[in-house]
Amino acid sequence: MKKTSESKKELLELYYKMLLIRRFEEKAGQLYGMGHIGGFCHLYIGQEAVVVGIDSVKENGDQNITSYRDHGHMLACGMDPKMVMAELTGRFTGYSKGKGGSMHMFSKSEGFYGGHGIVGAQVPIGAGIAFANKYKKTSNVCFTYFGEGAANQGQVYEAFNMASLWKLPVVFVIENNQYAMGTSMVRASSTEEMFARGLAFNIPGKAVNGMNVLDVAKEAANAADHCRAGKGPFILEMKTYRYRGHSMSDPAKYRTREEVQKVREEKDPIDMLRSMLIEKHKISEKQFKATDAEIKSIVTEASDFALNSPEPDIEELWTDVYAG
Amino acid sequence: MKSEILMPSLSPTMEEGSLAKWYVSPGDKVKPGDIIADIETDKALMEYESIEEGTIVELIVKEGTENIKVNSLIAVIETEGAEEINIRKADDIKKIEPISIDNNEEFLSEEGKADSVDTTLEGNERRNDKISENPVVNELTVREAINSAIAEEMRLDEDVFLMGEEVGEYQGAYKVSQGLLEEFGSERVIDTPITEHGFTGLAVGAAFTGIRPIVEFMTFNFAMQALDQIINSAAKTNYMSGGQINCPIVFRGPNGAAARVAAQHSQDFASLYASIPGLKVVQPFSAEDAKGLLKSAIRDNNPVIFLENEILYGKSFPVNIDTEQIIPIGKAKTISTGQDVTIISYGIGMMHTLEADKKLKELGISAEIVDLRTIRPIDFDAIIESVKKTNRCVTVEESFPVCSIGSYIGSQIMIRAFDYLDAPVLNCTGKDVPMPYAENLEKAALITPDEIVFSVKQVLYKD
Repeated sequence: MKKTSESKKELLELYYKMLLIRRFEEKAGQLYGMGHIGGFCHLYIGQEAVVVGIDSVKENGDQNITSYRDHGHMLACGMDPKMVMAELTGRFTGYSKGKGGSMHMFSKSEGFYGGHGIVGAQVPIGAGIAFANKYKKTSNVCFTYFGEGAANQGQVYEAFNMASLWKLPVVFVIENNQYAMGTSMVRASSTEEMFARGLAFNIPGKAVNGMNVLDVAKEAANAADHCRAGKGPFILEMKTYRYRGHSMSDPAKYRTREEVQKVREEKDPIDMLRSMLIEKHKISEKQFKATDAEIKSIVTEASDFALNSPEPDIEELWTDVYAG
Repeated sequence: MKSEILMPSLSPTMEEGSLAKWYVSPGDKVKPGDIIADIETDKALMEYESIEEGTIVELIVKEGTENIKVNSLIAVIETEGAEEINIRKADDIKKIEPISIDNNEEFLSEEGKADSVDTTLEGNERRNDKISENPVVNELTVREAINSAIAEEMRLDEDVFLMGEEVGEYQGAYKVSQGLLEEFGSERVIDTPITEHGFTGLAVGAAFTGIRPIVEFMTFNFAMQALDQIINSAAKTNYMSGGQINCPIVFRGPNGAAARVAAQHSQDFASLYASIPGLKVVQPFSAEDAKGLLKSAIRDNNPVIFLENEILYGKSFPVNIDTEQIIPIGKAKTISTGQDVTIISYGIGMMHTLEADKKLKELGISAEIVDLRTIRPIDFDAIIESVKKTNRCVTVEESFPVCSIGSYIGSQIMIRAFDYLDAPVLNCTGKDVPMPYAENLEKAALITPDEIVFSVKQVLYKD
């Protein structure tokens, strides 16, 4: 089992990644407002601890796959912020040459299998990637993310059944941010215990404080360990919260400003880790400022790179329809 | 009273079967539910139970007899108290002794077949000898062709595997995967739960990593449950990923009308899939094409929809089984050359077309017949070349008429060869109705050779 550690260096890395995602997403929101990003754009702000915690326990060759709220997942697994931003702005230098956009990005080299626009579709696909791990007799695990809204899709349970039946190495990560678009979980789900959704298929599950990156890392390590031991899938329900609307065009009238503000003030994953770094490891304000500056420059560079990149050549319309 | 025991029909498309084993002998008493025989079809071996209580008087066909038509007499039972229900009288039955039906056409419903079927044991041996001594042509059924294509590709590439409902232990709902589990094991021949959407998505995910699933749909009607994964995931990811993640997968299984299974189980989806960029769509007719095209499909780096047909599975075609022939996707085949009209068809439409061609020949009409084989991409070069020669065209397919393959071909011919046309292009299709169950209505809903002949006469302005 890969140990989760709370060494200063590792905590700083977690902090760095979470802050990178947040600043990147803020910039994406800004570029959307300026008309540089089109279509749908689903921001990950508030949920950063989930992907960063899980990514910290991944081993070489492990894969991840998620829905359309995917920018955080890409940055966490090491994809280049410049190329992600270029894709968001529909440029040829983006991960999909500008043909995928916010919801459809991939990086085989980083084990990122998308970026899927159909709610729940990534769940059997993730089980299939785990199936391939088993078929090829590797010890890799596929982390398959979906929201509590997608957890009501039928194909999720078809995937649960096969994953358990065939003991596939897949960790199902339910990112429960409490709202499926504008519908709160209690208005859409007959039960609120998402971690228990696999019980009928004999899949163990656990609810985790998804706002605490260390809790996330610890439980992700246990779940991956379970999979690598050949015991089949595991469900992690990450209790989290998104600060922004479902997408950029969502005015979020279905919840109060106070509700959002309360979470930001009391449970913010980045603030929480920052406090710990100050208390336990005596990180100075100066050090935090240096990190902020570094991240700001990365995000600015990504934005400049994107906006200065060309759109795809019109001939690209006809390429990649079929693989050679 | 003596009653007849007839050869049962055990599936919608069964026309004949074999009597694999008798469990009773003359003089045995049987009750309803007692197993009296094993009947083998080309799809399955099934136990046949008595529905009567009585005493077996006589076994009309011998164990091991093949090609027994449905509803032909196989045994006689003496029942007590039952009403006389037999059609043929005991006297007639006596005439067919000894137990051989080779001279009794009455009991083989299709004329012309009777004299070729010798049901005596000696006859069987003679027949077998004849086949082994004289390999006139290597004949293969479409079913065997598909089976051998899968087996050969699985032998060549360990990344190729088969998954679907009943493909393994059951040996295939239509026996297409017969023997594959034994050869390749359960890690590569995978029985799935009945969960089309789920296992299709799972297979697509596996294909994204570079391994090569062959997904069998028990029929393509059930693939409707999986359409999202086929169209939104399999077909689009190569494009959406800028060419990073392709999906080398084959979706295959029977498509189109079977027989008497009504609207939800009888439809041709060729045009539906053909409209989706990112998919390739293949619908072969002959065994050789089925084999060669399936091998191409398995080796292709893209999702290929491979549309088979239940009625064609049992049809035999000459095939060169010594070569592992590959037939490229996207190439039509000119089956016969002619001067007066081009008939374009594919899949089971070819069967009706060839039947129609016999009648056209009697009428002195020389048709050029083009089997498309691949529906996406369509081989327009072959079509246009032929139409420029004949100046007339009729398309034949089993699918619905609206947005059919034929309507698209018609528009393309108009665009590419307008000046060569001497008549409008006519489309022969299935009727624009859900498939009815009743035998006469089903027949009326399907394309017929007579309709093809009628359309050809129309484009030739003949009465």
